[in-house]
This record gives sequence, C-alpha cells and structure tokens, in this order.
Amino acid sequence: MLEAIARLKRHRAAAWAGTAMVALALLALPFALAAAGTTWVRITNLALLYALLALGLNIVVGFAGLLDLGYIAFYAVGAYVYALLASPHFGVHWPFWAILPIGAGVAALFGVLIGAPTLKLRGDYLAIVTLGFGEIVRIFLNNLSQPVNITNGPQGIARIDPIRIDGVDFSRTDAFLGLAFSGPIKYYYLLLLVLLAVIFICLRLEDSRIGRAWEAIREDEVAARAMGIDTTRLKLLAFAMGASFGGVAGGMFSAIQGFVSPESFVLVESIMVVSMVVLGGMGNVWGVILGALLLSFVPEFLRFTVEPVQKQLFGRMLIEPEVIRMLIFGFALVLVMVLRPGGLWPSAVRKRELAARDGSMGGRAP
Amino acid sequence: MDIFIQQLINGLTLGAVYAVVALGYTMVYGIIQLINFAHGEVVMVGAMVAYSVVGALAPAGLPPLVVVLVATGCAIPVCMLIGYAMERVAYRPLRGAPRLAPLITAIGISIILQHLAMMIWSRNPLAFPQIIKVRSYAIGGATITNVQIAILAISVLMMAGLAVLVYRTRLGTAMRATAHNPQVAGLMGIDTDRIVAVTFVIGAALAAVAGVMVASYYGIAHYTMGSQLGLKAFCAAVLGGIGNVPGAMLGGVLLGVVEALGAGYIGDLTGNVFGSNYQDVFAFIVLIGVLVLRPSGLLGERVADRA
Repeated sequence: MLEAIARLKRHRAAAWAGTAMVALALLALPFALAAAGTTWVRITNLALLYALLALGLNIVVGFAGLLDLGYIAFYAVGAYVYALLASPHFGVHWPFWAILPIGAGVAALFGVLIGAPTLKLRGDYLAIVTLGFGEIVRIFLNNLSQPVNITNGPQGIARIDPIRIDGVDFSRTDAFLGLAFSGPIKYYYLLLLVLLAVIFICLRLEDSRIGRAWEAIREDEVAARAMGIDTTRLKLLAFAMGASFGGVAGGMFSAIQGFVSPESFVLVESIMVVSMVVLGGMGNVWGVILGALLLSFVPEFLRFTVEPVQKQLFGRMLIEPEVIRMLIFGFALVLVMVLRPGGLWPSAVRKRELAARDGSMGGRAP
Repeated sequence: MDIFIQQLINGLTLGAVYAVVALGYTMVYGIIQLINFAHGEVVMVGAMVAYSVVGALAPAGLPPLVVVLVATGCAIPVCMLIGYAMERVAYRPLRGAPRLAPLITAIGISIILQHLAMMIWSRNPLAFPQIIKVRSYAIGGATITNVQIAILAISVLMMAGLAVLVYRTRLGTAMRATAHNPQVAGLMGIDTDRIVAVTFVIGAALAAVAGVMVASYYGIAHYTMGSQLGLKAFCAAVLGGIGNVPGAMLGGVLLGVVEALGAGYIGDLTGNVFGSNYQDVFAFIVLIGVLVLRPSGLLGERVADRA
C-alpha cells in the first residue's frame, strides 16, 4: 500500500485523481451508511472521534515516546468543559466555537500539570503515574457533586447543547440540494473536517524542528539533551499538545452525545486508545488512523454478525454474543502483535529499528 | 484511637493481599522488564475456581478448613497453568519487540480471561460461601477477625517462603542472575527461557492464593474483580521500586495502610467536604508523590541515565 502511494506520488495527475476519488468517497460515505441505518453513521462518527484521540495520543506516545496510560482524562476534561458551558446545568449556553478553544486550553493545562512533576520519570514509571492521574480525574468527576454540585456526580450532565454554526443546528435534519442531511451526517462532515486539520497538523509537526526534536528525545534522551535540545520544554509541549487534541475531541463528543458521565472515561477507554496507537503503528499518522478505525469498527461489525452466524451454524445461541465478540477481539490483539510487533502499518523509522534488532532478550535497556 | 487501630488492622490485611499480588508483577518485571497487565486476571481466576470448588464440596459435610484448603489447592495449579500459557503465547514471541507490543498482548489476554470467566461463572457478582465461621477478637478497643489473622499469617508465610526461594536456593540465584543480565546468565549455562516461565508460574501461584484470600475476605467474587486489584497491586510494586522483591512487600503494606487510614480520616480532616468515596484517590496520590520525590520507588535502585 505504501509503495502504491509512493508510486502514485510520482505521477501528479494520477495523484490528483486518486485524491479526488478518496475525497468523493469520503463525501458520499455517510449517505451510503445512512442507507444501512443511521446507527452506522453514529458508529462512524465515534470512530472518527477515536481517530482524533489516537492522533493526539500519538503525539505523546508515538512522536515523543512518553507512554501515557491516562490519556482519556484530557478527553474527559474537554467533554466536561463543553458540558458545563453549554447546558442547563449552570444555565450557561456559550457557542461551540468559543468553548472548544477553552476546552483545548484547559486540557493542555492539565497536560502540563501532569507533565511537569513527572518529567524526571521514564518508561513504566511514567505510565503508572499517568494511569493514576487518569483515575484521579475520573474519581473527582464522580464525586464533585458535593458540597458544591459541579459535575453532578455519577448521574452526569444531560441536555447538552448541540453544535450550532450560523443558524444551522446540528441536531436537526435539514434538506439541502435535495438531500436530507440528518444530525449525525452533519456531525460526520464536521468531524471529517477537524480530523483533516489534525492530520495536517500532525504531518507538518512530524517533519518540523519540534517533531525531529521529539524523535531525538524518543530515541535517546541523554543524547538529545547533549545536542542542545531543551528536553523539558519539548516534553511539556508534547503533553500539552496531545492533551489539547484530546480536549477538542472531548468537546465534540459532548456535543454529539448531548450527555456526559464519568462512565465514559474509565481506564479501559485509555487502554483502548493506546491499543489503537500501538496496533496501528506508533508514530505513523496513517497507521494510527487505521488502528483507530479498525478497533472501532471490528467490534461493532462483530456485534452484527456473531449472532446470525451462530444461529445459522447451531440453530440457537450457544454463547452470549458479547463474550464471543470480546474473545475474538482479545485473540485478534494478541495475534496481530505477535505477527506484526511494530503494528499493522509501522512508521519508516520503526521499521528500520525492527530490522536492525536481533531477537535477543532485552537487557537493562529501558 | 480505636478507629486508628481498627483502620490499621484493616489496612494491614488489605496491604498484605496487595503485597502478595504485587510480588507477581515485580518478579516478572525484574527479569524481563515487562508489565504483566494480565496478572490481576489470574487473581480473579483463582477466586473463581475456589468459588466453584467450595460450592461443590460445602454440602459434603467436610470440615470447613479442609474445604478451603482443597479449594486453594485446586486454584493454584489452574492459575499456574494460565501463567505458563500466558507467557508462552503472549510474551515469549515478543522478546525483542518494541516495548509496547507486549502491553497490547497483555490487554488482549486480560480481555480473553475476563470474558471466559464471564462465560463460565456468569456476569453477576457471586456470593463467596462463608464456610469458615467468622470470629472476632478484641485488641485495644478494635476487633480483628480470624479471617484477617489468617490472611496476615498466610501472606507473611508466603512472602518469607518467596524470600527464601529467591535469596537462598539455586533457582533463586538463577532468577537473580537472569534479572541482572540475561545474556551473561545464558552464557553461564542458565536456561533463561525456563527461568522466565518459572517466574510467571510462581507469580501465578501467589496470585491464586491472593484470589482466595480476597474473595473470602469480602465474601464476593466477580469476573472484573481482578483489574482494580491488579492496578492497586501494580501501584504497590511501583511504590516499592518495581523489580525489587522486598520493595513490593513494603509497597503493598504501605498502600493498604494509607488507603485504610485515608478513608477513615478524610471526612474528619476536611470537615466532611471529602468523604471515604475518595478512598481510591489516596493510592494514586501517594504513588505520584513518592515517585516525584524518589523516581525509582522507595527501595528501587537509582538507575543512572543511560548514555
């Protein structure tokens, strides 16, 4: 696939035609999905949100090499900032374009807050501290309904305003050019736009001075510092940037769902996003997106296939569909990693590393 | 003062269990620098197997102590087998792979074990049969139950046994050599693959006993019980300095005591602004605090920056 893309790049006309075709397919996709049921449009929207999250985490884990197991906390922060500033809970109804930057900013602040004291830590110690941080945020969201009701506790915040841009309400169906644009379809286009912007930022970052500095830190922090890279500042920047992407995704999640509760931000979600990044191929933007889409769609796809297949084979339900679904999912994770340890679509740098390394047991190397 | 002693007893009991589970994390980490995230699920399987065995034997009219011993005796080999299989299937093929790859297989194994358990033992919390009659003894205004005494005694015995194994036997020497430098240990004639497998199996056996202890302490077993417990135990291992066997024991006990005391006193200290529902926060705050001040844990060796 990569080679095919590289070959395509050499022919300008072919490249343009290819891009146009992909763009057309992406534009037409929601209508094709809507024909199969609005559920699928919603699932796609969720998958796009996960892609946003995975790209944000990829900055921290893939680019800078800092393992963050509490990433969902930033998503939660973004979601709650939106929920508090655009719902009847406090009676505040700010427009979405004003809240989203605030959400991103607050999430970035949290990123720096967790980043600053943990800069000295490395590898697995950092992983467990970020994990603890994620749990702390969730527990506070769960309990900050007393003595002052801020988060409304486990009940969560409901009736959050949908996104409105220039009089277009994203929760209603509008007719345009003879096509019915339902709420989820409109959100799809908005999410696609945001995702494209984030992809653009990530690709530009990767080859920038900052991106190269992150790569240097990831490969060897001591050497990077010796080369004059301000590791403290750049690591904090990675945390802040990754967090702000999470904050934006959280705000959109809040608006799309219309409801947030601490349930959505449990540890399993953090682990899920890490799985997307690692499974897809850490550090490679396209791999990460592939991982996010796969891990979002495969379980949903299994949800719709496991039951009928079982009925056809045995005539009745032998095992609960959810069990089979999760078992297949678990086995798939193990299998993919054993067969392709660098992820499904590894970055070029990592591919070189894997080829250079022999199969011996790692010594004390971090 | 009574509350203090009571919470101290509860904390020590909980901490002893954390410590036993933490040993499983820390031994594996010490040898192959791998966080075995599926270790908590092994604890859960141990509790579940014991649940079934106790349920099957309880009507037979055997003495309760025998029933519990048989149940534990059944849980241990099952968990050992799972530990061994886990290492062979999910971790051994990934030696030398990028560090995060085994993390994902661990998550996969976790999901598989949880859902297999859900399939076999139902998705509802199971009431663990309380066949041992709970008796309470008073000390200094607080009470301690026989179950708590048993948990403390068994934990201390197991930790002592493990310490003897690691520091006084040939196998232990081989384990420490492998942890120190696998290549050189291999050159000295140690079958490092076997040592790694043995480490997993020992950790799983400890986890099985921990599972039985937790289930009989709280009187409940559930297919998700492993993840939270595993997380806490992992925190304990990191707190003590991951890879360090005495560190895991210290970290576990410390974490249990801090949690119990924190939950007992937070209401009074903050004028009831925060309640005991913040119990889980303490573990993590203590963890973050210790790591910020001592980045390699309480007893962990300070590893110099690698050039």
